[in-house]
Formats: sequence, C-alpha cells, structure tokens
Amino acid sequence: MIQILEKYSNACGVSGHEDEIRSRIEESVRDHVESLSRDFMGNLYAFKPCGRQNAPHLLLVAHMDEIGLMINGVESNGMLRFVPVGGVDSRLLVSKRVILGKDRVPGVIGAKPIHLQSRDEWKSPIPLSALYIDIGASDDKEAAAKVPPGTTGTFHTRFETQEDVVFGKAFDDRAGCALITELLMTEEDEAYPVDITAVFTVQEEVGLRGASVLAERVRPDFTIAFEGTTAGDVPRDDYASPSTEMRKGPAISFMDRSAIGAPRLINHFKATADKKKIPFQMKKTVSGGTDIGVIHTKGGIPSMVISVPVRYIHAPRGILAVEDYKNTFRLAKAALMNFKEVL
Amino acid sequence: MKALMKKVVETFGPSGREDAIRQVLLEEIKPHVDRIFTDNMGNLHAVREGKGARIMVAAHMDEIGFVVTHIDEKGFLRISPVGGVAPVRCLYQRVLLENGIKGVVGVESVKNTNEIDFTKLYVDIGARDEKEAREMADEGLFGAFLNEMNEMNGLVTAKSLDDRVGCVIAVEAARQLKKSPNEIHFVFTVQEEVGLRGATAAAFNIEPDLGIALDVTGTGDTPDSPKMPMKLREGVAVKIKDNSLLVPRRVKDFFIRVAEKNKIKYQPEILTFGGTDAGAINLSRSGVLAGCLSIPTRYIHSVSETAALSDIEEAVKLLVKILESDVKKELE
Repeated sequence: MIQILEKYSNACGVSGHEDEIRSRIEESVRDHVESLSRDFMGNLYAFKPCGRQNAPHLLLVAHMDEIGLMINGVESNGMLRFVPVGGVDSRLLVSKRVILGKDRVPGVIGAKPIHLQSRDEWKSPIPLSALYIDIGASDDKEAAAKVPPGTTGTFHTRFETQEDVVFGKAFDDRAGCALITELLMTEEDEAYPVDITAVFTVQEEVGLRGASVLAERVRPDFTIAFEGTTAGDVPRDDYASPSTEMRKGPAISFMDRSAIGAPRLINHFKATADKKKIPFQMKKTVSGGTDIGVIHTKGGIPSMVISVPVRYIHAPRGILAVEDYKNTFRLAKAALMNFKEVL
Repeated sequence: MKALMKKVVETFGPSGREDAIRQVLLEEIKPHVDRIFTDNMGNLHAVREGKGARIMVAAHMDEIGFVVTHIDEKGFLRISPVGGVAPVRCLYQRVLLENGIKGVVGVESVKNTNEIDFTKLYVDIGARDEKEAREMADEGLFGAFLNEMNEMNGLVTAKSLDDRVGCVIAVEAARQLKKSPNEIHFVFTVQEEVGLRGATAAAFNIEPDLGIALDVTGTGDTPDSPKMPMKLREGVAVKIKDNSLLVPRRVKDFFIRVAEKNKIKYQPEILTFGGTDAGAINLSRSGVLAGCLSIPTRYIHSVSETAALSDIEEAVKLLVKILESDVKKELE
C-alpha cells in the first residue's frame, strides 16, 4: 500500500512546475476512473461516477505541488542564486542536497565553511542571501546552460522505510495525493454511493492558487481535503499544544486560518471512526490554511480536512507512521461508503 | 427595537456556529418578507420580491469567540481565538460553549500583561480533573463571551453589537419598508469575523446589482483615540473607505443624496483599518457596486461595545429610504 506514497514522494513538483508528479498520478489513477482532464492552471481532474441518479457529488482534493527553490541568477564563478518557493524555512537549507529541473541536475546548497567564518558569524543562522547552489560548474556559461534561471529544484531525498515508519520529502501533500489515489482504486463490487471528482491541485504552497479556480468547474456538493499536516509530538518547552501526534490516527481539523470545517462532515467522520473502531485525533492548532479555504466560499460548499500527521513538514525529510496512513485510508473509505448518513 | 436588540445581542453565535442566532433572526424577519431560506454556508436569506434592482443587504450574525484546542491534564480548556480577539480582553470574562457549558477565562501567572497571549489563557469550567473536563467538553467545541445589554444615557453597551446591531437594523428596515420597486435580499451572513466568508458565498449566488453592508465602525471620540472623524450621536456613518473597500463614488453620492433629501443625520466614515462584507461583495464575480452604512461604536471586539441608539434609528431610516428608491435609476 505504501508503494504509491513512495512513488509520489520521490517525484518532483515544485509549485508552478508540477509536470513530473502530475504524470505519476495520471499513470496511477488512469485505469480506475472514467475520465481524466486538466485545466489551464495545470490542476488534474479525475472523475469517478457511481452511475446512480441524483447521487451526491464529492470533491476530493489534495495538492500535488511541494515547496522548493527557484534559480534566479548565476554568478560569474558558476554558483547559482535562488529564492524560496512556498513556506521554506531558510535556516534548514545550508548543506542540503538538491535536484534541479527536468534533468534532475544534482547540486548542494553551499555556504562558507566554519574555518572561514568570523566569530560573529558563528552566532546566527546563515541568511538566505549568503546561500547559493553549487552544481560543480566551472563558470556561469556552463551553469546557465545546465540550469537556466527560472528552473525549480527540490530536496534530493529518497523515500525509505524503517519498520513501521517511512522517511521522505513532500509528504505535504503527497500523502494526500496517495490517499486519494488509493481511494479511487476500489474494486467494482465495492462502489461508492457517490460521484467523485478527485482534483490534484497546483500552486497550493504559494497561496491556494490552483484550488481557487476549480469549484466553479466541478460544482461539488461537498469537499474533503486530504493533507499531510504538522505533528508536534517532539521535545518542547513548557506548555504547548502538540497540534497532532504520530501513531494516534488521522487528524480531523475543526478550523484553521482558511476555513471552519462543516460540522455535519466532521461529525460523520467521527461517528464512522467510533463505529469502525478506527483511532482518530482532533488537530489541536488552528494555524495554516488548505485548498478548502478558497473552495468552500464559492457559493457555499460544506467542506472539511483530514490529515496524516507528519513530523518535519516543509523540511528535507519528514517522518510518517504507516499505521496513521492506513487508518486515514480506512476512515475515509468507510466514511465515503456510508456517506448517505450525511444527507 | 430595544427589546429586539437585547434578544439579538445576547444570543450565542461565534463564527461557524450561528444556528441559535439564525433561528432568532428567522422568526423576527419572516413576517416581513416573501421568502426565506438558509444556504449551504449557513447564511440566512430573507427576500422581498421586486422587478427593479437586485440589492443584497448584508449584516453578519456571527460574533467573535474561541475554539477549544486542547484539554490539559488538570481539566482546564486551552483555546484559540475565532476572529479578532485580543487576549487581554478575555481576562476573567464569562463564556458559554456551544454545548451549553459555562466557564470563565483565567490566566497563568505572568510578570507583566504584555506576556499574555492565548497560550497563557485557559477556560475554567469547574471540572475537578481532566476526566471530568472531557465529560463536559471536547476539543473542537466553539465558545463565545457572555454579557447582558445595558443602557446608559441614550447609549447601549453590550457584547456583539458587532454586528448584531446591523442585524437589528435589517430586521427593522424590513418591518418598516412598505413599497419598493427592488428585489431585496436581506442576508444575515456567517463567518464575517474570520474573513468575510459567508458574504463571499452569498454574493456569488445572488449576483446583486448593489451590495449594502450594515456594520459597526470605530470612533475618534474617546480619550487618546485614533484620529478619526466618527463620533457617537452624530448620526449614521456613510462609508467612504476602509481596508476592504473604496466605496464607488456613485454609491456614496446616492446614499448621501437620500440622507440629505430626507433630513437624516449622517456623518462620513473614513476607517483606517478593518473591513466589512461590502468588501467581499464588491469583489464578487466581475465586480459589484457596494457600500456600507455603519454605526459608530466604541470598544469594538470587547464585551462592552457601546453605540448610540439615535445613530441606530437614523441608520434604519436611511436604509428604508435607500431601498424605497428607484435604485437602478439612481445608480445610472
């Protein structure tokens, strides 16, 4: 079950340049849906009707883009200048391996080594402006030929499994993309009682831009977003709410900065979890936003978010518990199967 | 009107949990409109049919509040704000949760009040321990502040005048409005305090020719207040701008023309912060003419918001006269 997550996590797709991950998703879902289409933003739509008259129409949404970097200049010595794309914590960048562009040119984010730094420089994180990407080019001509300005790059992280957890990049939101893919792969004898349009959106990390155009096209009755969200069960000082915790099941959001979850959907998911004895947790922080923020106000569409807890999102390497991923799938599947209880 | 106001301001309804206040408003406005329905967002639409301009009158029925994010090991509820809630204004306020449980906001020990943020606040519901607290409350429950309405020398002091005063003006205008050529949608919107979300959805569906928001505005008439012209008792405020909207000149001119013709006391509103549902209506689809009638209010987003009854009465008069006009012609 984890192979799809592995495939998606390893694919590149920085906001605005989602071609590779979109192709991977198309390959995986093509045989399980009635139709696939794209819009001019680059969002990918997969339609899976149930064949019944007047069935409710559900929008399942996950964003396929990931945070990353964009090259915006080349120094005469062949070093590449870059800017962050999306919510990048620039303090994490130094010495990380990256891959750039379609050809996956490898590079490293360089900075002055400790020997060459002054005592004062030791005291603070190296600022973004002092960082650059080194691809081993001998001069600007060679560098620009391999990686022209405008090229995007992502962390060079290979997916790994270790007992009951997996390590990898971009679980925000490839975990959501993988879960929706698995939900679309149902056998015919266990068809959902609802029409499903799954949308894999672009440019979420730079401001929910892909999702802002899709509600008018899909016109769903309900929306459920799938996310990889912050797990905060790490060492911390004093009192702090842990957001979500790994190995405690899927996280349901009652509210974030972009939307208040529809109580009827949330209650349905909670009741389903209780009935099927699937663990779940309420996400305990209200920061951040998701695609439903710009979807639910298009005429008023009851919406909610369900997430897999991920430690270290927006970092080169995140950790996710396989049981949380599987329980998110089980809960979402059961909730879709008995969706008539919402109506 | 005062009895209606007391009922409306004292009813529970933080953003996302507007069911109780929606029921109150539904019963109040129902006799005065042709049809009434609730949309998917939870906005209450009360419609007067007509062949003229389609007008969306928006007053938001949600109020600021909080949501329970966490129950700690001693049985206290940890909270996050819903809408623009200043932590220091929560201190020792009495609160109500959506399941009917009452509580009071306490604070951890701090050396000075600048340190107070939401991680230092908690709601005490009288639970003996975590187990009892979990029987009484749950993560994800929404809550709001409690306070009763008082009158003082022609002013009213209450929680949630923002924007229940707008709701009262809409109900009163619907009651007083006799004949109008226009198709009028009185919309009691949800989730204004978290980003004009209800009005965004409602305007998308209604596609109005004109949007009019009814809301509160700040004043410059208290000790060391921001330098703004708005004052209590100087009449209804006709919005010129705020941070969500630059009122189109023909809309503002139309409102002022009606006020002057009918000798209604008004003052211009130039607000340097904040926004209203009119901002969301203005940006709906390909753009909608929109304006706002405001009630100058002191101590906004506290449990003791204070406004003048006379300003509220002038606002009702002006709204009725605007709605009675041939709006299509006036806005040409």
